[in-house]
Amino acid sequence: MPEQAKKILEVKHLKQYFGVGKPDMVKAVDDVTFDIYEGETFGLVGESGSGKTTTGRSIIHLYDPTDGQIIFNGKDVSKLHTKADRLSFAREMQMIFQDPYASLNPRMTIEDIIAEGLDIHHLVKNKEERRARVEELLETVGLNKDHASRYPHEFSGGQRQRIGIARALAVEPKFIIADEPISALDVSIQAQVVNLLKDLQKERGLTYLFVAHDLSMVKYISDRIGVMHYGRLLEVGPADDVYFKPLHDYTASLISAVPVPDPEFERNRKQIEYDPSIEEDKEGRPRKLHEITPNHFVRCAEDEIEMYKAKAAAYEKK
Amino acid sequence: MGERILDVKNLEIDFHTYAGEVKAIRNVSFHLDKGETLAIVGESGSGKSVTTKSLMGLLANNARVKGGEILFHGKDLLKNTEKEMQSVRGKDIAMIFQDPMTSLDPTMRIGMQIAEPLIKHKHVEKKKALAQALEILKLVGIKDAEKRINDYPHQFSGGQRQRIVIAIALVCYPEILIADEPTTALDVTIQAQILDLMKELQTKIETSIIFITHDLGVVAGMADRVAVMYAGQIVEYGTVDEIFYNPQHPYTWGLLNSMPTLESTKLEAIPGTPPDLLDPPKGDAFAARNPYAMKIDAEKQPPFFKVSDTHYAATWLLHPDAPKITPPAEIIRRRKIFAEMEAKKVD
Repeated sequence: MPEQAKKILEVKHLKQYFGVGKPDMVKAVDDVTFDIYEGETFGLVGESGSGKTTTGRSIIHLYDPTDGQIIFNGKDVSKLHTKADRLSFAREMQMIFQDPYASLNPRMTIEDIIAEGLDIHHLVKNKEERRARVEELLETVGLNKDHASRYPHEFSGGQRQRIGIARALAVEPKFIIADEPISALDVSIQAQVVNLLKDLQKERGLTYLFVAHDLSMVKYISDRIGVMHYGRLLEVGPADDVYFKPLHDYTASLISAVPVPDPEFERNRKQIEYDPSIEEDKEGRPRKLHEITPNHFVRCAEDEIEMYKAKAAAYEKK
Repeated sequence: MGERILDVKNLEIDFHTYAGEVKAIRNVSFHLDKGETLAIVGESGSGKSVTTKSLMGLLANNARVKGGEILFHGKDLLKNTEKEMQSVRGKDIAMIFQDPMTSLDPTMRIGMQIAEPLIKHKHVEKKKALAQALEILKLVGIKDAEKRINDYPHQFSGGQRQRIVIAIALVCYPEILIADEPTTALDVTIQAQILDLMKELQTKIETSIIFITHDLGVVAGMADRVAVMYAGQIVEYGTVDEIFYNPQHPYTWGLLNSMPTLESTKLEAIPGTPPDLLDPPKGDAFAARNPYAMKIDAEKQPPFFKVSDTHYAATWLLHPDAPKITPPAEIIRRRKIFAEMEAKKVD
């Protein structure tokens, strides 16, 4: 897929530092580079503090990046100068947020919440058209037309998440960043929302950046996965490769910690301990993403490439 | 396992709200034996948290216990006064909650928070209590415990705070530890450490655990027995192997099907949402979302049907006259494993 498909997003050496110059400066995102191809789902995983959410927010420009470039559909959007630029960017890239209780304005009706984007971009001519668009969107996400006149507090977490999805879809974006869209939901509702996202992607040719910490769900929904830790991208590759043939020790330790609904498996599971000091290099050798097997990259020093290639080969023999 | 220490019988709890009476717990019975871990699995609104709060006498003011007994060593906890419950909480039955950020007192040093139950319940003198607190702080894996015992909660990470919460819960060596979603707010690697810690401590302290969660992966790793709750009732219960490899209730099937496994190609979501307990359905509460529902499911609530001495499920599908149906592919796959396990046992 990557060779034929077009790149919709290129993130180059993204840095997001908070409190620059102060003693407690936090390097939330520290030189992250990756591409996302049109029509795919790229899963960005990591634990709290890994920088995955900050990466998503920097891409959509909720923060001004400290350094680096974000190229969306061929245009450099790291610095959006005019209002027209910002508006056109906002139409094409939308976000679904994690907290279904905090991401909907409690004082607005569902119709107003979903239609806000339509209003800002002047996408509808009159009240009737606006209402019709909102009703269409509500049905698309599996909700009812009469929900339009209600308020967020009248809905469950899963329903609110669907409203958030309807809102994101309203302006017909090409790219959606889903920031932990299901972690706050019950298991069976998670499956509903994930299936909805997958169906919408097929119908509308959407591209997703799916940010999450639930590895099993990310593997299920993603085509490719990027693993972040302490603000750095440690491994990137096709979902099955990263999950079944992890190269970086951190990825392996993360996977070994995920509980599986299988008692026999759990009885025999051994969690792999991870030593984070391997990410720093005492000799100061530069570390970047190197391709080990086709499309499977790992962050390492140049003289470690052979070691990783041997590791990848060992998986093939099993 | 060991002797039976807790027997919950026919518990019925309503909540009095402006909209009417919400029938939150509708005839729930279960037991806990010494040394075992019972997992109560359910989603929001299933009643699992209300059940455990009732064990601790921590129900909200608008809760009304309509019936049933909670027998702890033969004594009905529901008949205890608040004063009597205070001497049970933290000493005989302890609880750890989901959010370690809010379960610790931000203005009190953690050493004193751990020592407090010893001072209040066991009348241990302060200096000695702090010494015991230090021991248990080391036991739960806090490094530099001698220094850190004087720190405040905000100086610790989420995982460390949960370890401190566990220390407070276990310091009096309670017979029962209720853990209500203790690792849901934690990263997966920290979760794995905390769960291993709980298993280790369970053996050392000889405590029985009631573990509440909606994460079936965690249940598989922690539980000896599992009770599945839906709409205020237990719909199926059994040993962990029976529930995961030979589930009988369509809701249990639905839960197992909606979790991605290593082989998953399609997630089968359970359509719809749980029923409104202001006016519970007269038949099987799961009927509206049950692809295998029969006419009788809308009319009458199913009783528990016996699958084995340890395994019961409340579904009309187990009635001798019920039609044979084909469960989902994922369930068939699991049953094959169960058959193999059973065959090995006979050998």
